[in-house]
Amino acid sequence: MSQALALPTTRDEEWRYADGDWLASADPVELAHWHEHEVAPGEIERGFAVAEPGEGSKVDRLRVHVGAGGRYEHFVINAGGLYVRCELDVVLDEGAHFELGGVILGGGEARAEIVTRVVHAPASSSSQVVRAVQWGRSTGNFLGRIEIPRDSQGVDAAQNFKAILLEAGATANAKPELEIYADDVKAAHGAAIGALDETAAFYMASRGIGPDAARKLLVRAFIADAFAAVALEELREDLLEQALHYLEGAAL
Amino acid sequence: MLQINNLHATVGGKEILKGLTLTVNAGEVHAIMGPNGAGKSTLSYVLGGRPGYEVTQGSATLDGIDLLALAPHERAAAGLFLGFQYPVEIPGVSFVQFLREAANSQRKNRGEEPLSGGEFLKLAKEKAALLRLDMDMLKRPVNVGFSGGEKKRAEMVQMGILDPSFAVLDETDSGLDIDALRIVGEGINAIMRKPDKGVLLITHYQRLLDYVKPDKVHVLAGGRIVKSGGPELALVLEDQGYEAAL
Repeated sequence: MSQALALPTTRDEEWRYADGDWLASADPVELAHWHEHEVAPGEIERGFAVAEPGEGSKVDRLRVHVGAGGRYEHFVINAGGLYVRCELDVVLDEGAHFELGGVILGGGEARAEIVTRVVHAPASSSSQVVRAVQWGRSTGNFLGRIEIPRDSQGVDAAQNFKAILLEAGATANAKPELEIYADDVKAAHGAAIGALDETAAFYMASRGIGPDAARKLLVRAFIADAFAAVALEELREDLLEQALHYLEGAAL
Repeated sequence: MLQINNLHATVGGKEILKGLTLTVNAGEVHAIMGPNGAGKSTLSYVLGGRPGYEVTQGSATLDGIDLLALAPHERAAAGLFLGFQYPVEIPGVSFVQFLREAANSQRKNRGEEPLSGGEFLKLAKEKAALLRLDMDMLKRPVNVGFSGGEKKRAEMVQMGILDPSFAVLDETDSGLDIDALRIVGEGINAIMRKPDKGVLLITHYQRLLDYVKPDKVHVLAGGRIVKSGGPELALVLEDQGYEAAL
């Protein structure tokens, strides 16, 4: 490749919550690399990505093209490294569907991101649910871009991000971006960032459940939303257990 | 069994309880009535240890145990049950999961063996039947999508499963239709009318007291008990209103 690759910086809109220091020292070729995946028309495929705590900093970029009437489901647990960015670029053909369930977990100085861009063809649909639990001085980010071009009528796109900050120094950022040029579409997004529900915690305490156990139950219920779309119960439980396993040693 | 002496408590810096004194002996049911803003719910939250409810003076003991020195979940393990006026919804946590965790947390705190899954379900079925709550409802997330009456019946199912020695029931009768009121009243009697148990019923209306006959009735106004009497006091209050009766 003759053209020099410029490294992004946190001044770039899509990288505004990234780890600037890490970006400055990243390998430009590696950073510009996208994994490519093709889902044939009418096919159903499922992908998983897990970044474990203690992993090195990295940016994982996956580009998925879903053929007409196909379906791609992607489940992410981002509990890794000092800086881990999971990026998904999804192009949906007519009638195709994209499902994302993402969980971000972080403590200490960790910075974790899930970044999506979904381009919709007519009558295609997408549903994205991301839950973040942050403690220490960590940051969890969800940047979700939905693009519905002018001729893409009948699209149904939904995006939902919620974060719980367990400790005062933790941060979460939500950046929903909806670019809609068609009239006959449904596009919904929601974002909420808050502390653990104290009323529910007291209700549990009044029944004899101690603060640690109450927090665990509440966090479990919170992140379970991200895997609610997993049809297989066993798989759903596995993902949940895996995420909860990474939460051990958290401020729980 | 429950002894409250000169209890003062503030919420958000404002004094709500101003020297409340009350004794409920084992085997007794006491009713607390009183106008809005008198401090009835504050009393139940203070006894339960809700964050933000600060005791500035006085004491509250259950069977000699200093409740105020315990964390909320330890008060439950010590035998205290709080029936909520507005039971809290907890999406994503099923009643069965919640109550099994609660029952076993309490048992652990008391140094007892945990209930097995089978033992717990048998107990839950028995108590749900007592309150005529469909067992399937206990598989649903805690209070989510429950009607007002179902929430209150579920509170009593919880009380039955946890088997406390003392219950403070905050307007358990509100939001109940006539049939549900009777079922809840009978449930309270079946679970709590025992020689070694006590109940403090906080209520606005006489009607629950038709089913759960109180041994004593107290009027709470301005943060303290201003009048006490037998069950007939509730009838006088219902008839004449607080202002005229005081």
